[in-house]
Amino acid sequence: MQKEKVIIVEKLTKRFGQFVAVDNISFEVERGEIFGFLGANGAGKTTAMRMLCGLSIPTSGKGLVAGYDIHHQSELVKRNIGYMSQKFALYEDLTVAENIWVYGGIYGVPQKEIAKRTDELLQKLGFESERNALVKSLPLGWKQKLAFSVAIFHRPKIVFLDEPTGGVDPVTRRQFWEMIYDAADQGITAFVTTHYMDEAEYCNRVSIMVDGRIEALDSPQNLKKQFNAQDMDGVFQQLARNANSNGY
Amino acid sequence: MISCNNISKHYEKISALKDVSFSANEGEIFGIIGPDGAGKTTLFRILTTLILPDAGSATVDGFDVVKDYKEIRKRVGYMPGRFSLYQDLTVEENLNFFATVFNTTIEENYQLIKDIYIQIEPFKTRKAGKLSGGMKQKLALSCALIHKPTVLFLDEPTTGVDAVSRKEFWEMLQKLKQQGITIIVSTPYMDEASLCDRIALIQNGSFLKIDTPDSIVRQFEKTLWTVKSDNMSKLLRDLRSIDGVESCFAFGDSHHTIVNETKISIEDIKALLEQKSHSKVEVSRTTPTVEDCFMELSRTAINGKE
Repeated sequence: MQKEKVIIVEKLTKRFGQFVAVDNISFEVERGEIFGFLGANGAGKTTAMRMLCGLSIPTSGKGLVAGYDIHHQSELVKRNIGYMSQKFALYEDLTVAENIWVYGGIYGVPQKEIAKRTDELLQKLGFESERNALVKSLPLGWKQKLAFSVAIFHRPKIVFLDEPTGGVDPVTRRQFWEMIYDAADQGITAFVTTHYMDEAEYCNRVSIMVDGRIEALDSPQNLKKQFNAQDMDGVFQQLARNANSNGY
Repeated sequence: MISCNNISKHYEKISALKDVSFSANEGEIFGIIGPDGAGKTTLFRILTTLILPDAGSATVDGFDVVKDYKEIRKRVGYMPGRFSLYQDLTVEENLNFFATVFNTTIEENYQLIKDIYIQIEPFKTRKAGKLSGGMKQKLALSCALIHKPTVLFLDEPTTGVDAVSRKEFWEMLQKLKQQGITIIVSTPYMDEASLCDRIALIQNGSFLKIDTPDSIVRQFEKTLWTVKSDNMSKLLRDLRSIDGVESCFAFGDSHHTIVNETKISIEDIKALLEQKSHSKVEVSRTTPTVEDCFMELSRTAINGKE
């Protein structure tokens, strides 16, 4: 049985003047897959991700995300994906419930439905007594969990996670990955960037970008075999050491 | 070189540092390892005389952080977590500025920064705000070094930096150490712990442990097992549901598991997993990493309080 493809990218390219930030990349990601998007700083990850999220128009090539064309239907793309980064996640001066309300509203979830899902979510996270607490008063680990839950509140087909675990403690980092697994089990695709190489092992497949191109794409197991490396760090070091863009 | 005695610091109701003590020797790379919010930056700000402790005392290079703050400021180099150079000055102007402030010149201490600065020198007329992340990091390090400090404070220099560049940065630190500079460096990446001479593991404002990385690993009292099967996410849940499994966390391509072997044997765990339809079950002993130690120490610290 062929699985539904939630990302289809063909020969996607982005130039800034003479500089080719993303150079002719092609790949597909399936529904419910955890896809690791790795690369050195400056390799083109952010530019590629911005195009996939409908925030930047490709110079050439094609991309379909959640069934919509990233060039001509970017508003529909934005409405049908979730996004979370370490830097921009939640409004610190709003309460837990208010944050959920804002995000639910922005993504067009009906008010009644927001109320219902908020109750379910707070119960699932064990956050009921924090409903009216300001987000800035929560421990970092809780914020991360809430931010992820908010990013998938409108039940998108795919969620983009840009270094979601930077700086969090080792236990919370792992609990966060368990939430990603849960979401994937429910059919939500996770598209993840990270600098923690052990986290690359938790992905179903991993792509590694070097100088704007995808130099490797496979399951962690196959990549380790292919590069004769003990772990994903070994694979990454081999590929990224050869990069031209010494400007990380 | 640095001595820190029972330092505490509060911000309103939040207790950022609780009774923290340590000392770092001359020429040592001392790592302060812990997550965001653990108190790393507060400690750095106290030692670099930018804020005052509520209680306790500390000396840096023999000088008191409260009384002799002016002496300390001459002697330390500080690279804060957030990029704090002048974005609208060029690379060279920034470096020149810091040299002038400390009453020296780029030429006088060029030897010290040469290996690092040479990599960004081709861009010396570029504005600092237009540099890539890695180049900013190298410029910030050059600026922190230009007055030839005796102690270098680096607050999370590798956060958000890719694995290859992180390795390169640590190679630079080893070279600086050889020149006799004492380096106090903080990081949330546990895998960098092994690159330090000694480390302090910090969580919620308290040190969990101070020692060499090897010794911390040796003091791990329990046997650590790696467990693998064909379905890793189910394996995590199944292992945790077994009575006698004390803790179980994903670590790269296997799950690190601590078992109370008075309750259940490893053979029985294997059999149980196979009953739960796991195939290709592999269990073997492994040496803990600093991250395992951190997790176990913070688990016992939390349980101890309850």
